[in-house]
Amino acid sequence: MSQTKVTLAGVELKNPVMTASGTFGSGMEYGEFVDLNKLGAVVTKGVANVPWPGNPTPRVTETTGGMLNAIGLQNPGIDVFCERDLPFLQKYDTKIIVNVCGKSTEDYCSVVERLAGEKVDLLEINVSCPNVKEGGIAFGQDPKALEAITKEVKKYAAQPIIMKLSPNVTDITEMAKAAEAGGADVLSLINTLTGMKIDINRRTFALANKTGGMSGPAVKPIAVRMVYQVANAVSLPIIGMGGIATAEDALEFIMAGATAVSVGTANFFNPCATEEIVRGIEAYLDRSHVSDINELIGCVK
Amino acid sequence: MSEKAKETALVLGQECIGTDIFSLWLQTKTIARNAKPGQFLSLYTGDGSKLLPRPISICEIDGENGRLRLVYRVTGKNTGTEMFSRLNEGDTVEILGPLGNGFPLKEAEGKRVFLMGGGIGVPPLLETAKQVQAEVTAILGYRDELYLNHEFEKYGKVYVATEDGSAGTKGNVMDAIRENELEADVIFACGPRPMLKAIKAYALEKNIPCWISMEERMACGIGACLGCVCQSKEVDHHSHVHNKRVCKDGPVFLSTEVEL
Repeated sequence: MSQTKVTLAGVELKNPVMTASGTFGSGMEYGEFVDLNKLGAVVTKGVANVPWPGNPTPRVTETTGGMLNAIGLQNPGIDVFCERDLPFLQKYDTKIIVNVCGKSTEDYCSVVERLAGEKVDLLEINVSCPNVKEGGIAFGQDPKALEAITKEVKKYAAQPIIMKLSPNVTDITEMAKAAEAGGADVLSLINTLTGMKIDINRRTFALANKTGGMSGPAVKPIAVRMVYQVANAVSLPIIGMGGIATAEDALEFIMAGATAVSVGTANFFNPCATEEIVRGIEAYLDRSHVSDINELIGCVK
Repeated sequence: MSEKAKETALVLGQECIGTDIFSLWLQTKTIARNAKPGQFLSLYTGDGSKLLPRPISICEIDGENGRLRLVYRVTGKNTGTEMFSRLNEGDTVEILGPLGNGFPLKEAEGKRVFLMGGGIGVPPLLETAKQVQAEVTAILGYRDELYLNHEFEKYGKVYVATEDGSAGTKGNVMDAIRENELEADVIFACGPRPMLKAIKAYALEKNIPCWISMEERMACGIGACLGCVCQSKEVDHHSHVHNKRVCKDGPVFLSTEVEL
């Protein structure tokens, strides 16, 4: 049996497969279909300092080979999250990564500070959600703002910090370097691509928010390209995501330079996707006589 | 262990019972045994360009034999439902279910219940009619063409309304209630939002409890993605805002619990 452990900022994961924030809740619903103990980590849905109601519906729509969502980061706020969701996840033998969202630097910092005393392994800072008007992507599209918020968050963080990058920029390596300069420990990419769909029968937008974040297999080549670019521009470990639905998809990201991978939209069309990808990666390693998955990280130059 | 399961279901047969309306019988392993009236299934197209599962209500349950009947509308060319309509006996389809809560049959026990369906909201009421221990009056609204209405006859009285007046009352289900001077103690309803809105107002006016089955665009179907929320009067237990999840907290809600 090959070695599948990988390390992110000193945190050892039993395998590189984790969930993508926002597609998996806090694991309760999908825990009925997959054994959470089998996953490298569970990345929670974004949590803010107070409950957020999110956007009006329709919030989701299908596109060819993908989907658009504009949930708008509906979440119960950090208090309920710490009382209910964290104790649930802590029962499992998997790493916990909490995705943090906010409208201002203070919002992000207050959540990060609140989590400092909790048994959480890593924090993922969502500065790239395209579906909220304030905060979110505003921090993720300007290198100076990204560096500044990374620095601020680091002051309050007890856990290593993952900065989640937006693909909705001209040069993602510039953003990656800014996050690195700000002291980020890990980078994750890509968040969703801003898209739009029009319902020609109703002559209006398919989503109430007009635009939404595009995800799913259709975006995978863009995501692989960006992971490759970032891996060659910074020295931080990368969590790759964007359209991963199979072990083969996950391995593409790893070979492009990702240390770990997140599975998102695939959960919607295959609730067992995460566990199947773990098994598929193990089978590939055995079949290819690769003794340690770390040999594959960034092996394609 | 949860009652929900993802299964490969076997198609037992399918027939077209109206313009773009199909009736599909599936053989399941555990889903039919656990299903309740008013619940739904997620059906997967198996086509990589059509990723999201299609939520379809359960029309009939044969728990003993593990069989389920779905009656659904084909929504257009090149849609997932059009793909399902081409399934033949012996084919298979990936399904997830049973999903959602279903109608609270106990609330109608020993009472007079209205089962009010509009269009493709009619199918889930058939199994409800079969299982509910109540005096059933089915009030079914259609644009023009009728389907399933005769199948309700063994379970109670049936009144029909059509928009064009080609059968029953000309108008909608509310017109059918007035024209026939119908009365009930409880309402279970499923149909388009304007119809549910009118039924909610009627129930309030008559001071009778009313449960409505809601519809919304879904992605995961199991309560994780928060795509299919509806506005609720009370703070919801999941996100502590005013958004209940149609797929998980519903699709059936007490009418006074949701904003329409």
